[in-house]
Amino acid sequence: MELLYGTWHWSISGFLIGITMLMLIYFGKTFGMSSNLRTLCTILGAKRKSNYFNFDWREQKWNLAVVFGAVLGGYFATHFLNGSHILELNPRTLQQLQQLNIDFPNGKIVPDAIFSIDAMLSVKGFLILLLGGFLIGFGTPYAGGCTSGHAITGLSNLQLPSLIAVIGFFIGGLIASYFLIPLFF
Amino acid sequence: MKLLRFVLVGFIFGIVLTKSEAISWYRIYEMFQFQSFHMYGIIFTAIVTGVVGIRFFKKKEIKDYKGLPIEILDKERARFRYIVGGIMFGLGWGIVGCCPGPIFVLLGAGVASIGVVLLGALIGNFIYGVLKDKIPH
Repeated sequence: MELLYGTWHWSISGFLIGITMLMLIYFGKTFGMSSNLRTLCTILGAKRKSNYFNFDWREQKWNLAVVFGAVLGGYFATHFLNGSHILELNPRTLQQLQQLNIDFPNGKIVPDAIFSIDAMLSVKGFLILLLGGFLIGFGTPYAGGCTSGHAITGLSNLQLPSLIAVIGFFIGGLIASYFLIPLFF
Repeated sequence: MKLLRFVLVGFIFGIVLTKSEAISWYRIYEMFQFQSFHMYGIIFTAIVTGVVGIRFFKKKEIKDYKGLPIEILDKERARFRYIVGGIMFGLGWGIVGCCPGPIFVLLGAGVASIGVVLLGALIGNFIYGVLKDKIPH
């Protein structure tokens, strides 16, 4: 049971994510989580503001169903498959976190320094969360996809544009990790 | 129920992302600091599985469950949008440690503050939609 409750091995996890993508292809769809942001904007009434949102969101109902399932999956795994030996980070990572004053995992999946209710209710913490979300929401349609659409589906289909996009993801991620995180914390 | 199969795919996806800890800010930070192979291993294995699966679909001319030929659209040829949009997304990924899929999974995992990230993402998406025809791609 430790196999199920502990951290799932990267090879099993990666394989299952690949299978998720292949199942969606078999169902006649394409794996892409960021498209849901556009669908949600359309449902919320963005249709009147731009042609970009002027499409029949019902065509994307299947993708919202995937999202709904993902929320349920997150709930189920957290409440019924949670073990104690989770998030064993590299000791060097822990050392860096300590220097940044970011709390250690100790069984948590995300740090309180960024995600606790107290952090969220502070002006700085709120703006960090909002800024991160904004960049994700603006960047993914601009780049035509995110980790699922480009890094997994696009690269699996040997698409050069996806490789360019993934290189962009990493440039951005490295800048954030080496410059912005130390700046913010 | 036609949508049930999609809920099921999402359910498995959500469990895998949680149990592999790919939804964790810590894992993303560790990845960008090159201090763990874990995340690279996940992405690499997913791609290898995908490459083999898609090759199999194409070679055997597998039909989808409705009996239609499987088509995976090629990505549009461009450079600017992929680099600039990619860097923007990467910055967000590096700061809050999640991409669009995990935003929803974390919501299910009970991380309430991810709601602010989702709000930011919807605002970002909305502004992109409004500016789309005015910015270079």
